[in-house]
Amino acid sequence: MEIFLQQIVNGLVQGSVYALVALGYTMVYGILGLINFAHGEVVMIGAMLTLSTLTALLGWGVSPLLALPLSIIVAMLGCMVLGYSIERIAYRPLRHAPRLAPLITAIGVSIVLQNIAMIIWGRGYRSFPQLIANHPHNFGGAIINDIQIIIFLLALGIMAVLMVIVHRTRLGRAMRAVAENQHAAQLMGVNINRVISITFMMGSALAAVAGVMVSANYGLTHYYMGFILGLKAFTAAVLGGIGNLRGAMMGGLLLGLIESLGAGYIGDLTGGFFGSNYQDVFAFFVLVAVLVFRPSGLLGERLAERA
Amino acid sequence: MKFNSVSSLILATFVLALTGCEKSATSDQNKSGELVVRIGASAPLTGPQAHLGKDNENGTRMAIDDANAKGIMIGGRKAHFELISEDDQADPRTATIVAQKLVDNKVSGVIGHLNSGTSIPAAKIYSDNGIVQISPSATAVAYTAQGFKTAFRVMANDAQQGRVLGEYAAKNLAAKKIAVIDDRTAYGQGLADEFIKAARANGAEIVAHEYTNDKAMDFTAVLTAVKGKKPDLLFYGGMDAQGGPMAKQVKALELKSKFMTGDGGYTPEFIKLAGKAAESTYASLPGVPLDKMPGGKEFEKRFVANYGPIQLYAPYCYDAVNVMIAAMQKAGSPDPAKYLPSLASISYDGVTAKIQFDEKGDLKGGAITIYQVQHGKWQPLATMGTSTTAAH
Repeated sequence: MEIFLQQIVNGLVQGSVYALVALGYTMVYGILGLINFAHGEVVMIGAMLTLSTLTALLGWGVSPLLALPLSIIVAMLGCMVLGYSIERIAYRPLRHAPRLAPLITAIGVSIVLQNIAMIIWGRGYRSFPQLIANHPHNFGGAIINDIQIIIFLLALGIMAVLMVIVHRTRLGRAMRAVAENQHAAQLMGVNINRVISITFMMGSALAAVAGVMVSANYGLTHYYMGFILGLKAFTAAVLGGIGNLRGAMMGGLLLGLIESLGAGYIGDLTGGFFGSNYQDVFAFFVLVAVLVFRPSGLLGERLAERA
Repeated sequence: MKFNSVSSLILATFVLALTGCEKSATSDQNKSGELVVRIGASAPLTGPQAHLGKDNENGTRMAIDDANAKGIMIGGRKAHFELISEDDQADPRTATIVAQKLVDNKVSGVIGHLNSGTSIPAAKIYSDNGIVQISPSATAVAYTAQGFKTAFRVMANDAQQGRVLGEYAAKNLAAKKIAVIDDRTAYGQGLADEFIKAARANGAEIVAHEYTNDKAMDFTAVLTAVKGKKPDLLFYGGMDAQGGPMAKQVKALELKSKFMTGDGGYTPEFIKLAGKAAESTYASLPGVPLDKMPGGKEFEKRFVANYGPIQLYAPYCYDAVNVMIAAMQKAGSPDPAKYLPSLASISYDGVTAKIQFDEKGDLKGGAITIYQVQHGKWQPLATMGTSTTAAH
């Protein structure tokens, strides 16, 4: 039982990171119909920027409790500039091109960002300083530490704020309008370029937070870390129904749970016939199964709600 | 127009990257009439193992720079060595493309690849084209067991290493219940399988065998499953990029078992990644400790001055190049067909060991050292000799 509980905790923590990253994919897809494969790299850049700022601030003698939020803010701002630039340089000129062109461009941007990060921050792993006393807590045999609790709560909080922005504000209405029909939105006086830029910036800010979470949790950053994370988050977005915000959150948490429960129990359930090497197979099997029965993902059909 | 400057910067980066990769392969003689000998090298220079790949490249480069500085004569002509380094991304498919590219560049020999998973498929291409391959670090038994006359390695194989590790875990550390995780690469899987055989032979019980991959960062799910089996010792077959974070997550999950890994984990990077959790973990490395190697101290000093701390296999790369050059000198030719027989029968005093190959191309009588992290540093615990006869 405690093992089961622990797997649920593992899955929820992992899942909330997936969910945050998946939101970035789904927001951009909702508005542009573009899969921004460079999003995983924005996560990585966010983590790297936090690390660099943090190291600099601590070097100047700023207290850790002040340095951490400051560097997260710097990383969010940095990623917002990055997200804006990516859209402006790589995607906007291709907005009316065939769909394949921006997709390939996105992969290109991802490779460029990876290599730039490799040049700036090096090939090696960089360890992330542990600033918060990371106490473990025991809940009925399952161990969860402070950083993991913060990750989970912060992810939930950010998602709630995002829902409010999209559904309760003027900007959110503009976003939904652009998602539904760009031309009609433009005729109604919505500045679509501005809305699209803001969407990219919001997604990138979320990515920066996710990057900090991942590196704080595992205590490391690496220029390659965004790739696999991006792939998993993309899967989560598709699972939940790409273009749908709630779908991305649900898909993220679900994927986290499927992975940890799958990896934890598949060996015992099949008597060792399938092992935890089938962890990813298991996750993608669920994805395929969902798409066979619901081709637009779990929550994918509510077009009006997408943003 | 401010964006144009940004995009032109990106474009410039691209152009630089592209021109940097191009190396012309034309005549075997340069302007000053020296004999040009091209030596290929391949390791992952991008991706999660890029730090190890760069380390290999540096070790190889240092040997080549040394050889050029010494003014080595081959067959009465002054030789100039050129390094052609290629990125195989630790990916077996990319490795075969890289191997073909090196063959097309008419290299005299190849130092590589870093991983077993890449060395094994590449070995066929080198063999088909008659090019000598010396892997500094591929330890999977399968690498030299394919029967290719051109494949050599300067490091003990996993049968030797896995046996020493398994024996040490079951006997010296008295582990009764052992859990194993491997990364499903040719190296990780091979080492884990040899470890399991040896541990069982010494009376230990394998209570769990779980898997991950060589790009993963999160192991909490498999570690939780392992925790349920309450092992005395957890063995990981794989590289430091996973081993380090795994050791950390072992601590975080309060999994109270000893942690042991192979040569892939014996790096400063492992300690950096695992943080405090690195303390008292075990790892092994074929060969004797660097400061006990014949030229180890001096090598380390010169390497650190040029490239920074040694990650792992740089001294082995250095030896691999030198033993290849020594064979060329002995045969008086950089032609692989001519120097292959002299390489097979060579006896060369390298910085890592006395290098002699058996009939398969494996290193003869490779010793294996067990290390433990004490006060944030790898410290040698015991060096166990393995005779080649026992390894086959």
